[in-house]
Amino acid sequence: MSKTIKLKRGFDINLAGKADKKIASCPQPEVFAVKPLDFVGMQRPKVTVKVGETVKAGTPVLFDKKLETVMYTAPVSGEVVEIKRGLKRRVEEIKILADKEFAYEEFKAYGAGDIAGISREEAQEQLTKSGVWPQIIQRPYGIVANPADTPRDIFVSGFDSAPLAADYDFTLEGEEKYLQAGFDILAKFSGKAVKLGLKSGNDKVFKGLNNVEATYFDGVHPAGNVGTHIHKVAPINKGEVVWTVNPYGVAQIGKLFIEGKYDASKVIAVAGSEIKAPQHYKTFSGACINKFIENNMEQTNVRYISGNVLTGTRVEDKGFLGYYDSLFTVIPEGNEHELFGWALPTTSKLSFQRALGLFSWINRNKEYTLNTNTRGEARAFVQSGVLEKMVPMDLYPTYLLKSILAQDFENMEALGIYEVIEEDLALCEFVDVSKHKIQAILRQGLDLLQYS
Amino acid sequence: MKFLRDNIDKIKPLFEKDGKLEKFYYPFEALETFLFAPDHTTPNKGAHIRDAIDLKRLMSTVIVAMIPCLIFGMWNVGLQHDLATGETTDFIGRLGMGAFKVLPIVIVAYAAGLGAEFVFSIIRKHPINEGYLVTGMLIPLVLPVDIPLWQVALASIFAVVIGKEAFGGTGMNILNVALTARAFLYFAYPTDISGEVWTYFGDADAIAGYTGATPLAIAAGAKGSVVEAFSQLSYLKGAPLFDMFMGYIPGSIGETSTLMCLIGAAVLILTGTGSWKIIFSGFAGAYIMGMVFNMASTGMDPNAEGAATFVSFMQMAPVYHLVMGGLAFGVVFMATDPVTASHTEKGKWIYGFLIGVLTVIIRVVNPAYPEGIMLAILIMNVFAPLIDHYIVQANKNRRLRRATV
Repeated sequence: MSKTIKLKRGFDINLAGKADKKIASCPQPEVFAVKPLDFVGMQRPKVTVKVGETVKAGTPVLFDKKLETVMYTAPVSGEVVEIKRGLKRRVEEIKILADKEFAYEEFKAYGAGDIAGISREEAQEQLTKSGVWPQIIQRPYGIVANPADTPRDIFVSGFDSAPLAADYDFTLEGEEKYLQAGFDILAKFSGKAVKLGLKSGNDKVFKGLNNVEATYFDGVHPAGNVGTHIHKVAPINKGEVVWTVNPYGVAQIGKLFIEGKYDASKVIAVAGSEIKAPQHYKTFSGACINKFIENNMEQTNVRYISGNVLTGTRVEDKGFLGYYDSLFTVIPEGNEHELFGWALPTTSKLSFQRALGLFSWINRNKEYTLNTNTRGEARAFVQSGVLEKMVPMDLYPTYLLKSILAQDFENMEALGIYEVIEEDLALCEFVDVSKHKIQAILRQGLDLLQYS
Repeated sequence: MKFLRDNIDKIKPLFEKDGKLEKFYYPFEALETFLFAPDHTTPNKGAHIRDAIDLKRLMSTVIVAMIPCLIFGMWNVGLQHDLATGETTDFIGRLGMGAFKVLPIVIVAYAAGLGAEFVFSIIRKHPINEGYLVTGMLIPLVLPVDIPLWQVALASIFAVVIGKEAFGGTGMNILNVALTARAFLYFAYPTDISGEVWTYFGDADAIAGYTGATPLAIAAGAKGSVVEAFSQLSYLKGAPLFDMFMGYIPGSIGETSTLMCLIGAAVLILTGTGSWKIIFSGFAGAYIMGMVFNMASTGMDPNAEGAATFVSFMQMAPVYHLVMGGLAFGVVFMATDPVTASHTEKGKWIYGFLIGVLTVIIRVVNPAYPEGIMLAILIMNVFAPLIDHYIVQANKNRRLRRATV
């Protein structure tokens, strides 16, 4: 009998523009990109290809000189058409013009029955060479895992509670055998079953899998965050390392071993209030977003976000989907003044809080169209208690953030910084009346601890 | 509205960098953002959407919660005038008289305090924070109606400069800003803020037998039964407890009516702006301390020779503590100030409770202070970080205990 953990804290942001559960067809994007900035903590990216070179899906295009064994590979086969650099020649995008028919690098394929016999070393070598390894994230810090480590546990969250998130039961339908192989491979690294967080009634693709230890979570966002699961099941202590992988990554690992190829295909949700027809598309990691928005926009003053509205990254209209993202969101840009916007009563603006004139609490089921306006200016910490209501963990986010701002290393550690990454405090950033850039502050703290 | 926006955009460059009026940017910004919510957008990474709340809305919620106290306070000024002079005026007359006396205090408190804020924002180049919107209303409500306006101005400026800006502005202050203003007046000009200052007489004279004493003064000086002493006073027309609950008693402008404070508390709690834990535990602390005094004084005879002067006060039913003086106002509007209160949820219970306890102790035992709420809140403002420290420390220890290294 699996255990169910009920979570009381958090908040579901009910946004308009949920993706229909159908996979629509649209022309495949021509260009795909590998973006070093997707990989948090990548310190010294070294590009291994030149413009004009042709690559196969799974050919290394990049590695981090600080973690040389892990390769970052091309998601599709084709020709490297541009290596875009930013300030100080920082590599931003390696663009690949995709072939019509993909060619794949060949890796060793195993039958489903042979997976059990693979050694950790073999698994590690195949994962690191193929470009699949970066799916494994290390906590603390939320960076790509170091293959040299042995994690205390490996955690996978089997549901995503973020706004407009894709439903894994839909996007991973039919991939059960790959998931099983993925879990089998992952279990070799920790030497024990993978800890899987699930939601009742939303666990179809994960039912009956072996090598997993399931815990059910009941509650609003961030109930689906893997950080929440770790904290409730086996919290991270100083000096410990745990790994996390998202379900798409688990399936990709499985595919690598069963089919012997780096398959970067994924079903993504294209959602948000400004998308005319929010639905799913089958594409590949790093896809250019242009085909998904062509003739599909309600208006032009919008923000394109790779990922969800709480933690995603803004991209341009010819930008690319992030390595870890299976969601592409479009919401209105809020770059406009509003007469007495701070005072007028409203039912159209969503608020967790109930200060005067904010009436969204009357109808929590309504779908809201939110834009990117900050709804106020940055201020010092004033309101107390509300950030704590957003984090279902036994920690004090306000004190943690203040210790980061004070660069107080000892307190950061004692207050639980090792247990959180940006997504865990994303809701705090949403509700904060003082409009702090909470996720950026947290990353500043994590960087301080990691690099000093 | 486009016309207004266009004109603001036209003059804005004057206040921006290298503009002629650059140094007045923040006062300009304050007025601009009062009219128009800014067009700021979220960063490229992180949360792309934000909750509709901002500090202006949060603070204006608190002001709205205080309006019942303000209006009742104005009416009560007229009522107390009538009770003291024997005149009879109708509802509108009383309210008008109160408004005539109270509104100048409100205006002076806002003008002086906001003036100080504006000057500071120009000198220190920081945006004008919304905290004073609440402070500017709180200060008049905790002052006697006859307070000289220059003292109001001085206290407001003192509160902003010493109570807040010296610590870094809104969000950084240790002491409740409005109480800092009141404490300043209490110590700098004691004759204008204590004693028989609570009633506005105007040109009229007091009728025979009128003392103008507040219930706290009566209770502190009572011999025998405090409740009996209450009922013999001219301003109490019905049951003393009911009158005190309604607020038909002399006292600071906005703090006499427990009912109005409770309406304010309902607004604060329903909107999530004020902590119900502080409010509830504040009242509970006062009530329990009143009970403790009752128990401690069991068998004592206040009329006996050599008995302590406060034995009668100790024997007063605890419920009176909840409705007399400024306990309700202090607990609802001042103890809940999020900046100076305890920040942790467990801490809020302790913080509120101790405010209630200390208020009653100071009221009953300390002969120098007829009212205890001001001192109790200021004392607990200082201790709030300590309470939080131990609660946060317990959290850290939990984390340390489960660590193996």
